[in-house]
Amino acid sequence: MKVTKIEALEKIANDIRINIIKTVYNAGSGHPGGSLSCADILTVLYFNQMNINPQDPRAEGRDRFVLSKGHCSPALYSTLARRGYFKEEDLKGFRKIDSNLQGHPDMNKVPGVDMSTGSLGQGLSVANGMAISSKMNSMGYRVYCLLGDGEIQEGQVWEAAMTSSKYKLDNLCVIVDNNNLQIDGDIQSVKGLNKIEEKFESFGFNVISVDGNNIEQLIDGFDRAKMTKGMPTAIIAKTIKGKGVSFMENNVIWHGTAPKEDEYKLAISELEK
Amino acid sequence: MNLDKKITTRQSYAEALKELGEKNKNIVVLDADLSRSTKTDIFAKAFPERFFNMGISEQDMIGTSAGFATCGKIPFANTYAIFAAGRAYDQIRNSVCYPNLNVKICAAHAGVTVGADGATHQMLEDIAMMRVLPNMKVFSPSDDVQTKFIIKEISKINGPCYVRLARISTPVIYDEDEKFEIGKAKQIGKGEDATIIATGVCVAEALKAKAILEKKGIFVRVLDIHTIKPIDRDAIVRCAQETKKIITIEDHSILGGLGSAVCEVLAEEYPTKVTRLGINDSFGKSGSAEELMKLFKIDAQAIVSLF
Repeated sequence: MKVTKIEALEKIANDIRINIIKTVYNAGSGHPGGSLSCADILTVLYFNQMNINPQDPRAEGRDRFVLSKGHCSPALYSTLARRGYFKEEDLKGFRKIDSNLQGHPDMNKVPGVDMSTGSLGQGLSVANGMAISSKMNSMGYRVYCLLGDGEIQEGQVWEAAMTSSKYKLDNLCVIVDNNNLQIDGDIQSVKGLNKIEEKFESFGFNVISVDGNNIEQLIDGFDRAKMTKGMPTAIIAKTIKGKGVSFMENNVIWHGTAPKEDEYKLAISELEK
Repeated sequence: MNLDKKITTRQSYAEALKELGEKNKNIVVLDADLSRSTKTDIFAKAFPERFFNMGISEQDMIGTSAGFATCGKIPFANTYAIFAAGRAYDQIRNSVCYPNLNVKICAAHAGVTVGADGATHQMLEDIAMMRVLPNMKVFSPSDDVQTKFIIKEISKINGPCYVRLARISTPVIYDEDEKFEIGKAKQIGKGEDATIIATGVCVAEALKAKAILEKKGIFVRVLDIHTIKPIDRDAIVRCAQETKKIITIEDHSILGGLGSAVCEVLAEEYPTKVTRLGINDSFGKSGSAEELMKLFKIDAQAIVSLF
């Protein structure tokens, strides 16, 4: 079920955003800001790019996705539910004692989750192991790994980046959700990343910069990544934290705070316009 | 039993690994720039397409192993114990144990018997750190024969395993055809004056002490704990019931290691006074393995002096 129409994908991304807000509101906690910023990326991956089948979530030849920024589980869960891995109704259990939807994704509890994540900086190493396996077994599947921009302050990311490049993992595509904010504030003020594109380039990546909230540009970026041979690709996706909800946009307060009732109603009304 | 023939458990490990690699094509081996020390260069030479030198990046090595495991590979990740259990603890916890992935972590150069490299390279806390992790199984073999057995067995276990290996050569304690069982301690001797519960390089020391004590008319038995987790509760309780004294000995901190594990069992099932020999809340230092075992009182003489 590949969705190709841009408008249809934009509609799906909006549905996912509505569910992100509902999910975090119901839980009373969670991370709406970074979930909203990456909703378009997940939409394009799960509805346009990845070779997956929700009826067979463990299929050996499927493409893999590692949400290295595991705290953005509301985005992943809302995407998986919208794609048919489980019922949207289940999103109401997010972060609750009797639910499988843990605060951070658990691969053994949720169909469609390819790796348990939560402790930042670890996903790219895992994605490398998957991508090397794909090549060893000539399976041809691709591996996608979504990193937060704050997350790449973790040293392990760069250990892993050297590995991606050493093994010429052209079946690996890293996406950096570059929304410029982390919990304690502006990334440049907390600990500057400086030139992200040049960093990945110097680590041996094919680097593509896109507007990460633009479906068309994302599709183009992923298509170009697929055509790249002999090296891994890093898509630097320029996004807006809190994208789609006016009062959450570019406001660090919404990194890890759930909306109150009036804020929730306002957010939903904006998204349902 | 001839304690004169000596071999390092990392050498035994590497031989067993190569043999496994011949039989099971899913086995992949990762190292962090120490393949000559960990002896995985033997596997690398035999199966270069299944050997991955990750460079000096232990955290990345564990994460990559986790990724391999999600795709049906059986990764054996290798480095010194200090860098495996210490440096990559969070990766082992969150990327391996929490998702219960089939990753084997083989940690060479554990304990003060690393010797001259000194404290920064002498891992004295790994048993403690690894055995508290849910899903993790922890092994600490004492000789060549036992190491080979454990390596073959863990390749059949679907889940995380940690194997603690030594730098120094240790006596070959067991015959080639000795039978072991995962989770079952090996009892040597039937003496009733005391039980020496030992693991890893200290098992040979316990056996030396046993021989010395016999000449003095004191009869002890040795319980070789090759599987630290799950620990053989029955054997520990039975020995506490059958012998007058319980002594533990390990090349590891007495905090959280074998001695602690034994105390936990006995406190719950058969309260018994336990004397723990091990590194007593301190770092190691440079010196020869033999000097350090003497200094930290984890040798045969330390056991004998308790009688």
